[in-house]
Amino acid sequence: MGALFRSEEIGLAQLFLHSAAAYSCVSELGERGLLEFRQLNPKVSAFQRRFVGEVRRCEEMEKTFTFLQQELRGAGRVLGPCPDSPRAPLAREALRVQEQSEQLAQELREVSHNRASLRGRLRELRQYLHVLREGQRFTSLPAPLGSPPRPRALSEREPILDPSLHQHLDRKINFVAGVIHPWRVSAFERLLWRACRGYLVASFVEMPEPMEDPATGESITWVIFLISYWGEQIGQKIRKISDCFHCHVYPYPESEASRADTMSGLHSQIQDLSVVLEETEQYLAQVLDKVVLALPTWRVQIQKMKAIYLILNQCSFDVTEKCLIAEVWCPVRDLTQVQEALRQGSYKSGSSVECFVQRIPTSESPPTLIRTNKFTAGFQSIVDAYGVASYQEVNPAPYAIITFPFIFAIMFGDVGHGLLMFLFALWMVLYENSPSLQQASNEIWLTFFEGRYLILLMGAFSIYTGFIYNECFSKATVIFPSAWSVATMANHSSWSSDYLATHPSLTLDPNVTGVFQGPYPFGIDPIWSLATNHLNFLNSFKMKMSVVLGIVHMGFGVLLGVFNHVHFQQRHRLVLELLPEMVFLLALFGYLVFLIFYKWVKFSAADSLVAPSILIHFIDMFLFTSNAGNLPLYRGQVPVQTVLVALALASVPVLLLGTPLYLCCRRRASRTSRPAPVAAAEQEPLLEGQEAGNSVNATKEDVESGGPSPDAEHSDFAEIFMHQAIHTIEYCLGCVSNTASYLRLWALSLAHAQLSEVLWTMVMRNGFVRLSYAGGVVLVPVFAAFAVLTVAILLVMEGLSAFLHALRLHWVEFQNKFYVGAGYKLCPFAFAPDAWE
Amino acid sequence: MVSLLCCGPKMAACGLVLSAWGVVMLLLLGIFFNVHSAVLIEDVPFTEEDFKDGPERIYRLYEQVSYNCFIAAGLYALLGGFSLCQGRLNKRKEYMVR
Repeated sequence: MGALFRSEEIGLAQLFLHSAAAYSCVSELGERGLLEFRQLNPKVSAFQRRFVGEVRRCEEMEKTFTFLQQELRGAGRVLGPCPDSPRAPLAREALRVQEQSEQLAQELREVSHNRASLRGRLRELRQYLHVLREGQRFTSLPAPLGSPPRPRALSEREPILDPSLHQHLDRKINFVAGVIHPWRVSAFERLLWRACRGYLVASFVEMPEPMEDPATGESITWVIFLISYWGEQIGQKIRKISDCFHCHVYPYPESEASRADTMSGLHSQIQDLSVVLEETEQYLAQVLDKVVLALPTWRVQIQKMKAIYLILNQCSFDVTEKCLIAEVWCPVRDLTQVQEALRQGSYKSGSSVECFVQRIPTSESPPTLIRTNKFTAGFQSIVDAYGVASYQEVNPAPYAIITFPFIFAIMFGDVGHGLLMFLFALWMVLYENSPSLQQASNEIWLTFFEGRYLILLMGAFSIYTGFIYNECFSKATVIFPSAWSVATMANHSSWSSDYLATHPSLTLDPNVTGVFQGPYPFGIDPIWSLATNHLNFLNSFKMKMSVVLGIVHMGFGVLLGVFNHVHFQQRHRLVLELLPEMVFLLALFGYLVFLIFYKWVKFSAADSLVAPSILIHFIDMFLFTSNAGNLPLYRGQVPVQTVLVALALASVPVLLLGTPLYLCCRRRASRTSRPAPVAAAEQEPLLEGQEAGNSVNATKEDVESGGPSPDAEHSDFAEIFMHQAIHTIEYCLGCVSNTASYLRLWALSLAHAQLSEVLWTMVMRNGFVRLSYAGGVVLVPVFAAFAVLTVAILLVMEGLSAFLHALRLHWVEFQNKFYVGAGYKLCPFAFAPDAWE
Repeated sequence: MVSLLCCGPKMAACGLVLSAWGVVMLLLLGIFFNVHSAVLIEDVPFTEEDFKDGPERIYRLYEQVSYNCFIAAGLYALLGGFSLCQGRLNKRKEYMVR
């Protein structure tokens, strides 16, 4: 049958790979992504594996790539995605990549280092230039132009004396000039004052332009200081103190002329250095360009190479050490493709011996593979979230494509909200190929995007149920004229104005001719939205609908078990399990559905006063009593009900004992006819029977594989019997509780309708209150608030809630009846797209 | 000249969606109020007085509310145009090389 109906046939195969061709064969297989490799060396540690050297080499290359990427990021470059998907490199290509990447990394390191040292030197030169310039202002004639030196409280003196005036003095004035961090200025001054009191004059001025701090990299306004002192010892003290404070001290030439020389020398040096720095920056940019071009491809190539070597590590060598043997799970349909891939791999590696694949039998349970396309993938994933299907079990996903959105829509029925949801999903579907949507990094957005087809169907179905419930943003739509006529009732009862004034609540009696003209063509009559007993009517309708839908859903689930029983060659279960299950369900709850429909058809408004209550009839059915006030629905109801209850009760022991006794008898028969131990084939149905019949615990390891000894047989029988008892109890009690569980369909749709109505009444109605034209302006923010709250509360919150409940109904109530879900997925070896960033 | 761009790209998109929804829904609401739809009776701000002398006064109230809805729809159309311009400016800013 089709791809979605049940999982594919998967076989265990062995690949025989020639050593020389192994790498390229695995590369070919990885490109196609067909097989899952099994671990053949589980006990060997990672460091003892055969190809650990190559893996280590790949990891070293990856370290180099990380360094290159960091450098790029530091320089503000962005690494684009890999344009094409390169194949895994052969040995010599890998060597070339390694050499080139290391060479680039080395170049980058050198150039960065050079640039840093050039920058440091330039900074020092600039600082020196500033020191000289500012210092010149102090030591030149007084009345300085420009920024005056800051007055300091501690060293409140006149401007520094010109040394030329004091040249006749014995003492010679010396200078210490330098640059200090602005935060340390006051401490520095204090210490200078305390240490060399009176023998120095210090002045501080801020540098006109801020410069980079080499340690932290931030831009600081340094403070230039110029200390004039006399005395050698004072000079030494000052220098020591400046050292402590990490100041940059520069030699301050005494005379004007030498200062001017130094300054011009500095100017030319700075110019030269700037030119060199510019060239260095350009070269660095070139190197970075090369890296940006080459790095994405390299990264993908080395990732693929590492993946291949990790896979090769999982294989085992044969005796002659020339051939690698790999064990793989392979879909039977793809065996020819695998052979083709191996042939290509051998050809590419230039080996003369061809590698081949051979299928081997196995008793293990293979993994599950279900091929999906972009539409069915969403539905399959919500089924898999509960449990991956066991091998070749019937898959509930194709039915979930319709039942899940439908059950969601029953809880969400509103035309307006459904339309919004549908349009949102339509936008996502139409633009699904746009790269901005596909590469978003927000996880919540990605979850919505993956389920876009799910949301599309949910929205579409919600529009349909919205029309059935006749709700559009909590207002009824009058597509067809209402079937109820108020005028006829008013005329018939001759309601006068006084009567209307004194009676706020009036009744439209459908028994009066002309008041009720027949059922509304599609959905619920819009007049109900104006009626005060709206909820009474709607509740009864929705509750009955929920029960009917629930029993139909569950019955369908039980029927799906037919496919499982037939496929696994367990036809006895059709009679011994399926039949009693269906009889139980239909005799009790199918009969309830019948009662609901019968009452809808047979009883009308004319006998509404004496209409029987289905609930009381149902309870009386189980208690075998009868209620005088409750009329029977049809003649002969009581004997029919007795028969049905008897049938249902009779089916319980059949369900309980049927399969265990049958299997026991069969085994005893086979033992007496053939004294040989039980074949594995006999065990298989036993295992499957327990798995499928027991949804709580589906481990096969519990059952021993064989053993015709009487003790083992007795324990086997005990286990089978216990499993079947659990299954019976779960099924019978589950029928009752699950049917009641479907009433959540009613509850959530009621909640949604009420929330919607409250939002309209409390938010939107305020926009219509003002009758002047200002009301139109007021309506704008009121509508905006209504829109935001609709999206936040009704679409997001209620949508998630209905989604969750629909999911629960599928996972528990529906899948309980036939699904085991104890399998594991096939994870084929494929090169996943890069997700590095 | 002050830059005309005041919203980011996401805000412009939200504004556009809200305006489109507002225009459509308020237009439809206005039409339904104009034809005196009975389902919307609770939203019309009537008083006790309006129920005397036939339905004419109620109908006038209905029509006034419908005019308010049309005014709001027009304002949303303006808002939608503004959001569209902001969106276009944002797109242009993306393409410009700085």
